[in-house]
Amino acid sequence: MGPVSATTARPDAAGESFADLPPSPAVWCSGLRKRYRRRTAVDGVSFTVERGEVMGLLGPNGAGKTSVIKMLLGLVRPDAGEVLLLGRPGSDPFARTRVGYLPELFRYQPWLTAAEVLKLHVRLAGATVPDERRREYLAMVGLADRAGDRVGGFSKGMQQRLGLAVALVAGPELVILDEPTSALDPLGRADVRDLLLSLKDRGVAVLLNSHLIGEVERVCDRVVILDKGRVAASGTLAELLGQRELRLRLDEVGPAAAARLAAAGQVTSGGDAYTVALQDDAVIPDIVADLVGLGVRVHAVEPGRISLEERLLDILRTGHSEEHR
Amino acid sequence: MTARTVLTIAALTLQEAARRRVLRSLAVLTVVLLGLSAWGFSRIDSEFGGMTSGEAKLTAALVLNLVMFGLSLIAALGTAFLAGPTMAGETESGIALAVLARPVRRWAVVLGKWLGLVAFGSGFVVVAGLAQLLIVQTTTGYWPPDPVTGLALLAGQAAVLLTLGLLLSTAVSPMASGIVAVGLFGSTWIAGVVGGVGRALNNESVERVGTVSRMLLPTDGLWRGAMNSFQDPTLLTQFSEAFKGHPFLSPTGLTGTYIGWAGLWVFLVLALAALSFQRRDM
Repeated sequence: MGPVSATTARPDAAGESFADLPPSPAVWCSGLRKRYRRRTAVDGVSFTVERGEVMGLLGPNGAGKTSVIKMLLGLVRPDAGEVLLLGRPGSDPFARTRVGYLPELFRYQPWLTAAEVLKLHVRLAGATVPDERRREYLAMVGLADRAGDRVGGFSKGMQQRLGLAVALVAGPELVILDEPTSALDPLGRADVRDLLLSLKDRGVAVLLNSHLIGEVERVCDRVVILDKGRVAASGTLAELLGQRELRLRLDEVGPAAAARLAAAGQVTSGGDAYTVALQDDAVIPDIVADLVGLGVRVHAVEPGRISLEERLLDILRTGHSEEHR
Repeated sequence: MTARTVLTIAALTLQEAARRRVLRSLAVLTVVLLGLSAWGFSRIDSEFGGMTSGEAKLTAALVLNLVMFGLSLIAALGTAFLAGPTMAGETESGIALAVLARPVRRWAVVLGKWLGLVAFGSGFVVVAGLAQLLIVQTTTGYWPPDPVTGLALLAGQAAVLLTLGLLLSTAVSPMASGIVAVGLFGSTWIAGVVGGVGRALNNESVERVGTVSRMLLPTDGLWRGAMNSFQDPTLLTQFSEAFKGHPFLSPTGLTGTYIGWAGLWVFLVLALAALSFQRRDM
């Protein structure tokens, strides 16, 4: 598991953008801390989201995920710690010029129409987005035929879809999505997944907070797991999920075949089910060929790796033994 | 960029005021009040035909001030109950999250809201007040000496109250901020009346109640200045006794210093509102 890199080009106090340096990370935060009265919500959180990277923020309820996101966006004042967004200090509002945000609590002016909400956000972002382009964003989230309707009459799911369009409309380089599918039906969730993948293709950095681990596992390059306000683990999916395994259903396994399996990796077995821990998937055909050669009857071969869900539960239950902060 | 934020938020606030039910309620209340006053003034003219011209003027000025007080009350209630939801309500509901995550300075958002509310409140006062003055002129032929100053001071009164409402709404819930603002407005008016009675009785300590409350919240002071602008100045010499301690007649106009203080008051309270909003966790 790779430690979170905290080395990054720091801009000077004036927060100027330097064209000739390699682009600074989309998000860099260090030592974020926040207390609400007696309760510590966030305690020394540091991580980086590189440009064009999709990063997942995972953790149980009350782990401090939304607080961290709000501190990144200047909505909540951290008690300690620093934030850089796209290379500019988070205390400077203009650091958010190229940032799109979908809050967990998504509500938009009920007296405006969907099209007017997008227009408002384009103006506030200081951008210029032509009419038809704004309509495309509404169409992208499935609200093309509701553009002229007041938001007050929208269902929760429709408001969340509108929120996605709001987050994306001003051409952001970083998108922060806090539970973007909480009010969506399965179809809507699939749409969001496609949307995230298309953002990734366009090189837009995404910070995704989601309870849906499958969603995170499918789209995220890296994951930070928060627990009780601290970073419990972080790394790429490969680093976090680590070893692969091979699940087999076998008959007539003689001592020679058992030895062959043991040579491939640690074996656990019960009945006709065998699981072999592997370092590399490439050896699977050889193992199967050797087993067949040794007279073993092979009923099923299923390569796999432990799921993010299993890993997350493991990390949260065993404490922070592999803490990377 | 910051100017753009201020103007965008101001326009949004005006749009909100125009589209929310509060505008319709205000319009209905105003039309009812104007209609009643038109009927009342036409009765004054026909029933009290035997009055001297001075008495007729006094009655017209007095009733005009009474109706203007009603209008200023509507303006105060309307803007105070708009100011609350627009700040505290948006923070509570989460509307503010998406807006404040944009590259905007929070003080610019507060200033934009304030500008929008002031434009709305002043627009209301000017339109409804002018309609009222025209009604009085048509029915009784009375035209106040300084209607522009009077309407400007009424607009100022609404601005003072909505600034207070804005400050309160950065700290407490929308409903509470509206109620507290209107409550303070009412108490200052009553304190002003008490002060007037004190002056009529030559009791300095009672008179001071009005003076102090007029400094703490300039709504009543501005209101008395506005009343003075709606009265014919000859009335004061003719009916000086009637002016003593009267809640709807004002013997003196406003000094430049007091208007300066009211301006400074608005600036300070607005700055405080911006500061309080700046420090708030969303």
